[in-house]
Amino acid sequence: MDLFIDQFLNGIGRGAVYASLGLALVLIYRTTGLLNFAQGEMALFSTFVTWWLTDQGLSIVPAILLSVVFSVIAGALIERLLIRPVESGHNPLNVVIVTLGLFLAINALAQLIFIKPGQEALQMPSPFPEGDFAGIRKETIGLVLVLALECVLLWVLLQRTKVGLALRAVASNPESARLVGINTGTMLMVGWGLAAGLGAIAGSLVASQSSGFDTSLMQQILVYSFAGAALGGFDSPIGAVVGGLIVGVAESLTYQYGPDIGLAGIELVVPMALILGVLLIKPNGLFGRTIVERV
Amino acid sequence: MAARVPWLRVVVGVVVTAVALYLPFNNPAETNQVFSQVLYLAIAAMGLNLLTGFNGQVSIGHGAFFGVGAFTTAILVVDHGWMIEATIPVAAVIAAVVGVLVGFPALRVKGLYLALITLGLAVLFPSIVKKYVEGPGGVPLLQPSRSEVASLVGFLDDDQYQYFVCLGVMVLLFVLAHNLMRSRAGRAMIAVRDQEVAASTVGINVAQVKVASFALSAAYAGVAGSLSVLVNRVADGSNPLVYFQYSIEFLIAVVIGGAATITGPFLGAALLVGIRKRFEGTEAMAPALLGAALIAVVFILPDGIVGLYRRLAAKYLGPKASSADPVDPPPNAVVDVSPST
Repeated sequence: MDLFIDQFLNGIGRGAVYASLGLALVLIYRTTGLLNFAQGEMALFSTFVTWWLTDQGLSIVPAILLSVVFSVIAGALIERLLIRPVESGHNPLNVVIVTLGLFLAINALAQLIFIKPGQEALQMPSPFPEGDFAGIRKETIGLVLVLALECVLLWVLLQRTKVGLALRAVASNPESARLVGINTGTMLMVGWGLAAGLGAIAGSLVASQSSGFDTSLMQQILVYSFAGAALGGFDSPIGAVVGGLIVGVAESLTYQYGPDIGLAGIELVVPMALILGVLLIKPNGLFGRTIVERV
Repeated sequence: MAARVPWLRVVVGVVVTAVALYLPFNNPAETNQVFSQVLYLAIAAMGLNLLTGFNGQVSIGHGAFFGVGAFTTAILVVDHGWMIEATIPVAAVIAAVVGVLVGFPALRVKGLYLALITLGLAVLFPSIVKKYVEGPGGVPLLQPSRSEVASLVGFLDDDQYQYFVCLGVMVLLFVLAHNLMRSRAGRAMIAVRDQEVAASTVGINVAQVKVASFALSAAYAGVAGSLSVLVNRVADGSNPLVYFQYSIEFLIAVVIGGAATITGPFLGAALLVGIRKRFEGTEAMAPALLGAALIAVVFILPDGIVGLYRRLAAKYLGPKASSADPVDPPPNAVVDVSPST
């Protein structure tokens, strides 16, 4: 039973990372109605920035904060320079293609800029102390606290500030938002910036958890985050958090118990089976809104 | 209408045929292998194009269908002693069956969620393969590459033979796609893409068309996977993300070439393999360039290479020389409803 609880908590820790990135995906989906395939790689680049800062002698927490600032700016610029010009085009596939292009290009750029030839995996120091607290690993507690803090900040931002109100207005109806004087363009930039910042936190934390990381760090995590966000319903931030945690726990438990029932190595299968099942029964996810199609 | 001979098309066709037939006799074996890779990639891209371009369903999981084809062929040849050419139709059928299985959820989930489910499929596939294949997850072909059919054309080297098999299959499947898109079924696919509800009101069975499109598209990808085993002599599942990357490559080929066109997937595949080969040694350069190329294409050529050609043709050769076909009208064209002459 102890083992079960350990694995469960581990899963919560992993899930917190998926939830962070899932939140970023949902933010962009809500404001622009678009699935950002490059989210993981943007987070990867931010992670490398964090790593570079620590390599320059900065300690890890300020490095992450600086990296978040950098990512917010970079994310806003990507929206303004690369996404917006194609968004109004007649072919909706185009925006998907641009994010796929970013996916490839950002990954390769990180490789070109940060990895010297012959260099293997990089090390990232952990921001959390070692050891246990009340039988739970401090790392897990730290990850959950960071996720909780992110949620609270996002909630306050979206529900209690003028900017948040404008963001929600743009997400709900861009045309009307523009008519009441909201600068929708700026709001979209803010949305992308926030998402990139969330990604920077998620990426830096996951890198600090693993023994070493390279440019393939975020690909699997992005898939899990997609799974979590889809599970929760793509337009619901709560859904992304709950979905991310469920996926994390499911992954961790299969990792532990899969081999016992002759299913070694199916960790990847479980989250996908989960989304398939949920989407077949509830096509808009657990917390998603049902969209009515009009002719 | 009947009297007008499209001379430009005839000339281009003859030249292209001559080049395609001459190409493998003038290059080293490695280069021919690259050509063959272009050909099977083009088939897979055409499969995706049938689904995404003509039927409007986005899939980022076609790598999985490709993989189904590849492993079908590899397992039949290695474990059951089949002749490799005979496995191609089997690969097509099995991939189509998997396509139907994926197509049914696609009736319920659309757009974004469909993209996600197909993404899941591509990511899942290598894990599933690992369960059924021993070792690190790949099936290499160890037998001598010549089969009975290949021995009939003994004057061709292995690489040339593979090239012609790929070329033949590709031409066959592209002609099939071209004709399909001018048939009742093809127009139904396009109608479903353009206005699903309207299509259903004119008597199109939307569900049937969508699932059939998925199956056909998957069959193309499966054939491509099967041919990839013929060319590369391995079905590889060791890297968990390799089929996801394939899926992205197919999408890139479709978009760069031009979605919802017949020649587009081929041009896109050729460009893709070209870039990849050119920067093979420098590891990160190829994806960096591909990514940049993708973004550039969307900015400069929103309808791909074929779209650019159509625009140029419309400008310099007059409207007649460009496509007079309502199936793929030139970009932004207002469809002419006056009776054709």
